[in-house]
Amino acid sequence: MQMIIKNWFRWLGVPLILILISAAFVIYVVNNPGGAMAARSLTYQNILRYLREHVHLVFVALGLATAVGVPAGILLTRPKLRRIGKVVENIVNVGQTIPSLAILALFYVYLGLGFRTGVFALWLYCILPILRNTYAGIKSIEPGIIEAALGMGMNPVKILTRIELPLSYPVIMAGIRTAVVICVGTATMATFIGAGGLGDLIVTGLSVRRTIIILTGAFLSAMLAIILDYILGQVEQYLTGRDVNS
Amino acid sequence: MIKLENVTKIFPGSDIPAVDNLSLDIKEGEVCVLVGPSGCGKTTTMKMINRIYDPTEGRIILGDKDIMDTNIIQLRLNIGYVIQEIGLFPHLSIEDNVATVPRELKWPKEKVKQRVDELLTLVGLEPEIYGKRRPSHLSGGQRQRVGVARAMAADPPVMLMDEPFGAVDPITRNRLQNEFLRLQEQLKKTIVFVTHDIDEAIKMGDKIAAMQEGRLIQYSDPDELLSTPKNEFVANLVGRNRSIKRLHLMHTRDVLNNDVAYVKLKTPLEEIEQKVKDSKLRAVMVLGDDNKLMGIISKEDIKREKGEVAADYYQEILNTCTDDATLNDALSVMLSYGEGFIAVTDGQERFKGIITVGDIFGVVKDDANDN
Repeated sequence: MQMIIKNWFRWLGVPLILILISAAFVIYVVNNPGGAMAARSLTYQNILRYLREHVHLVFVALGLATAVGVPAGILLTRPKLRRIGKVVENIVNVGQTIPSLAILALFYVYLGLGFRTGVFALWLYCILPILRNTYAGIKSIEPGIIEAALGMGMNPVKILTRIELPLSYPVIMAGIRTAVVICVGTATMATFIGAGGLGDLIVTGLSVRRTIIILTGAFLSAMLAIILDYILGQVEQYLTGRDVNS
Repeated sequence: MIKLENVTKIFPGSDIPAVDNLSLDIKEGEVCVLVGPSGCGKTTTMKMINRIYDPTEGRIILGDKDIMDTNIIQLRLNIGYVIQEIGLFPHLSIEDNVATVPRELKWPKEKVKQRVDELLTLVGLEPEIYGKRRPSHLSGGQRQRVGVARAMAADPPVMLMDEPFGAVDPITRNRLQNEFLRLQEQLKKTIVFVTHDIDEAIKMGDKIAAMQEGRLIQYSDPDELLSTPKNEFVANLVGRNRSIKRLHLMHTRDVLNNDVAYVKLKTPLEEIEQKVKDSKLRAVMVLGDDNKLMGIISKEDIKREKGEVAADYYQEILNTCTDDATLNDALSVMLSYGEGFIAVTDGQERFKGIITVGDIFGVVKDDANDN
């Protein structure tokens, strides 16, 4: 019984508390904006819209990044593509050092303003850690294990699904979690190309010099990152744990 | 059973063949040990049999079929495979590891479960205790056992073993080797066994293939390898003190000394005293029903203990071995207990006789004279 309560708390309790803290914060700033200027920006309606836009950006970009990054990482570890793997890994590592703002600016030139450009730039940025971790996770499996599987007559598809993916799964998940945090943070930049999101609050705050508006945007996006990361962490643990007992 | 015909393997990007025009004929039910220094091509040769590598030239016949004509998956499913470092799947339980090949072969669930339990018991691991554990929760020796069990899962007629006992301490290795030999006596698999340890080769092999720089130098049974090494390389490989190495080949039953004083549990004190006095060992063996070895009575035991019959005096005897142990095993038991003799029993603990250090030295000396 105690176990069940503990599990329940771990799954829902912590995110719920974080959400309540965020809600309390929002209620506080909406009721105490400290001036008419801030009060115009800080309405429930505005904040919710920015939050929704932000979550939308992050989910679409991250979903697409996972859908492309994981298979691409797997492909690079296949014997035929192994040679390119090293090159791609290096490009990915360099790519990660390009400032996010630069990437957004770059694609704005080609794709114009708006949500789609934002998603595209975020997707490109998030794909990097996912791809890199998938590649590294599979590469780091001891060759003897793969050889044993091969020698016992497993075909490459089975080796991938039964051996390589389960073994590299924690590393792949870590990549996705890194991507989530980066994505939520970078999504605040999307405001510069008119893709909306919590970045709008921060930019508004900057231009009218109201710290409380900046703080609201920053606080909510940080909370969003923490909550998403936490939930993914729990999912990871749940799946690994189930694997242990099966 | 396995026939290699002029097999050559040249790895891409290398001019020197890893295996050079090698021909080998391995008979059914035999353990063929490939031995040689590292880089001599022994592992490569083995891995060509299950097509981890494909030969550059030459043919390998398994049964009566060229392995290149067999479906690669089918070929591998029918060859047990134990590699260096064992390669157990760390994310699967011991049961699931052992069940790998039967599941690939789509055996019904019940049969898989039954087979896994049977195999774990066979290699001395209680299925209830170890079945659900992960490989990381097992000791090195236990992991080796699981590796062997996994390779035998679908009862393949042929097994390839690449230094299967390489990663454990010498004492555990010795025990695993003996267990393995006992299993092999029952199962009669055709085994290709790779090792760099000549002692292991002599102990395990029915036939030994000594390899150097990708070529087969000598292929013969261990006795011949020791007595008539073909050239300098083989002579160096087996070492100068070859007669000592033969201790690995001879079994305790071959040199058994059964002219030993013994008493029964009910033998009275007087008779014991007399027998101890007359005995060279200054001790007598105590046998129970059906000649079961119960213990030993020495001069000191008679002085120390009180009683009327042998049952009151005897002490447990630890320096024992079975009659299928090698002389090398017997000698190491004597050394570890600091005794000059060892009591030999059969598989059912029935007393067979004793061997003294002198007997073993005698064997070595005779052998040296013969050469």
